[in-house]
Amino acid sequence: MRRDVFQAIADPTRRAILVLIAAQAMTPNALAAHFDSTRQAVSKHIRILTECELVKQQQTGREIYYHLNPKKMKEVSDWLEIFRKQWDSRFNQLDNVLKNLKSKK
Amino acid sequence: MLETNYTRVGDNKLLVEREFDSSVEQVWKAWTETDILDQWWAPLPFKAVTVKMDFNPGGQWLYYMEGPDGARHYCTVTYDTIEPNRSFSGDDGFCDENGNINKDFPVMKWNVGFAAAGSRTKVDVEITFNSEDDLNKIVEMGFKEGFRMAHENLDRILQKQPA
Repeated sequence: MRRDVFQAIADPTRRAILVLIAAQAMTPNALAAHFDSTRQAVSKHIRILTECELVKQQQTGREIYYHLNPKKMKEVSDWLEIFRKQWDSRFNQLDNVLKNLKSKK
Repeated sequence: MLETNYTRVGDNKLLVEREFDSSVEQVWKAWTETDILDQWWAPLPFKAVTVKMDFNPGGQWLYYMEGPDGARHYCTVTYDTIEPNRSFSGDDGFCDENGNINKDFPVMKWNVGFAAAGSRTKVDVEITFNSEDDLNKIVEMGFKEGFRMAHENLDRILQKQPA
């Protein structure tokens, strides 16, 4: 199955992982310590994030560190931003319309 | 300002949730009566203009969105189910000025739910695409359009700068 960034961010655990490694690069152990789920479950989430290039791994000595790929993250936030802007704009207008309708009563 | 929640559900669905500070009846009207719809439906800087509306199952809403450059983008919603003050669903797509669907663009299935939440009304908009590719296509279009608008803004800013 093809992975894409939007699927990746649809899951709350994966979003939490992204928030954590956005602050600093982390080893698999350090990352797993933040979650109640099993290490395997956390690894699976990391694998999905890696497959869709949101997360990059880097070997430093004997440890693997997970980094955020800011370029790919930008792709996600850009489109969400546009979608959001359109709808926010719509809904703010609707708020005003509803307010006017109320005051006419 | 009330907060809007955006969620992607699975491969081909987007969920948009928002509360409005009015009764269910009033919010329902705002989503289904064209004199109100035209006042808010188009995101800025566009404006929405209804050509015709038949708010019945199988009926069609034909409207266009006019950009600041005067270009008109025709869109249509063909209503499927209607439960007054509770929900309506329909197919949303791009079309020509006579309402003939443009098959080059993905059709989106809309399901809009209304529910009282205290003195407010909660609206759930579920947008379903035929496939993941269709969703990505729309997203890409929004992406490109957004870039185009951003670039035009940038052009304006740059023009104002002394050389």
